Amino acid sequence: MNTWLSIDGLSLTEGGTRIIADVSLTLGAQRTVVLGPNGAGKSTLLRLIHDLLHPSTGVLYWPRPLSQAMVFQRPVMLRTTALTNVIYGLKLKGFKTGEARRRAQESLARVGLEHLALRPARLLSGGEQQRVALARAWALEPELLILDEPTASLDPASSREVERIIGDIAASGARILMTTHNLGQARRIAEDIVFIDRGRIVEQTPVAQFFKLPQTPAAQSFLQEEMP
Amino acid sequence: MHEFNEPLITAWQLVAGADARLAGIVLLSLRVSLAATLIACVIGMPIGALLAVGRFPGRRTLIVLFNGLMGLPPVVVGLLVYLLLSRAGPLGQFGLLFSPEAMIIAQAILVTPIVAALTRQVVADSWSEYREQLRSLGASRGRAAATLLWDGRFSLSTAALAGFGRAIAEVGAVMIVGGNIDGVTRVMTTTIALETSKGDLPLALALGFILITVVLAINAVAYALRGWAERHWG
Repeated sequence: MNTWLSIDGLSLTEGGTRIIADVSLTLGAQRTVVLGPNGAGKSTLLRLIHDLLHPSTGVLYWPRPLSQAMVFQRPVMLRTTALTNVIYGLKLKGFKTGEARRRAQESLARVGLEHLALRPARLLSGGEQQRVALARAWALEPELLILDEPTASLDPASSREVERIIGDIAASGARILMTTHNLGQARRIAEDIVFIDRGRIVEQTPVAQFFKLPQTPAAQSFLQEEMP
Repeated sequence: MHEFNEPLITAWQLVAGADARLAGIVLLSLRVSLAATLIACVIGMPIGALLAVGRFPGRRTLIVLFNGLMGLPPVVVGLLVYLLLSRAGPLGQFGLLFSPEAMIIAQAILVTPIVAALTRQVVADSWSEYREQLRSLGASRGRAAATLLWDGRFSLSTAALAGFGRAIAEVGAVMIVGGNIDGVTRVMTTTIALETSKGDLPLALALGFILITVVLAINAVAYALRGWAERHWG
């Protein structure tokens, strides 16, 4: 297992509340899913890793800096076509217009949306918008793709499609770090599970072991509640 | 009743007959206020966007200032521009006083804070929605401001129209810096004020009709545009 990120003593305090409390963690698996109850700090942890938030204390140590992209629970689409939304991300990364357009078209094809490329993005269904967001992230060919509950607001069919795309992105070589409330999805995607509760890492376990025999009482009761 | 009806009929004849003098006044009004609004948008929209997404010292003060300046009294703006452009003033050598250009400058000053404040509101709302995504994609704050201006283009048409409505309806600033010279700087509002005081009600009424029609028509167009944009772009 090649460590790609070491986190040491990470804390985030906002308004007197400790959202992330002294997290130390080593990430090396290609596909890691962060699980935990609502308000455990999962999304916050992802945002700290993606540099959208700055920690109060602690350090992130990247053995080698990785290019990153992030997909959020609710896709943010600009008021333009699906294609231009994907091109926008590429242009911010410095691609020239022609090359950006070619890559964007390819990326939309990979998520199965080439036929909707010229539709206004905000009028697409929630599932289609999330796939445009995945295409926008994938087009950047990130070494690390972070996903914050990407299927939480989607119907089952759209969720399956998004899950397939995440699998394809992983197969193309990107590291995956995501949160989900769907335990079946976690089991299908993850190699490693990181379980957090109240801002603390409770356990980090290979996926098969986590679902068969979680090591901590907190994880055991979480699994019992989530899978009655 | 007779005294009220007669001016109304004459006014209608002026409008219906496309009276040349009337047309000249209306066109000058439109030209001055459109130019002023355009300048106000070019200056005010970037300011509004940067106030929404920027992080720099004095930002809050500027927001309060621009909100406050939305209520600038036109006569005070007129007076300030008059002082700037008068022969002895700092910009006196350009000889702009009592010209349509002076009126454009005065109205642009009047309208810029309105456009900036309304733009800030629109952009701040979408910034809270887009912020993380744009930062994740690596957009600088300047780039984010430009993106949000483009993304909010249909909502921002309302800001522009509010500015235009203010410009075309104000009388104090253009009266002072334009001088209300017949055939040169006489616009709808100043003519209405003058003709009413002279007792020439038909022309004043005719211009009043047109002024109200212009304002209503522009708002109708804005409403239709936003509806179309909402359906077309979401």
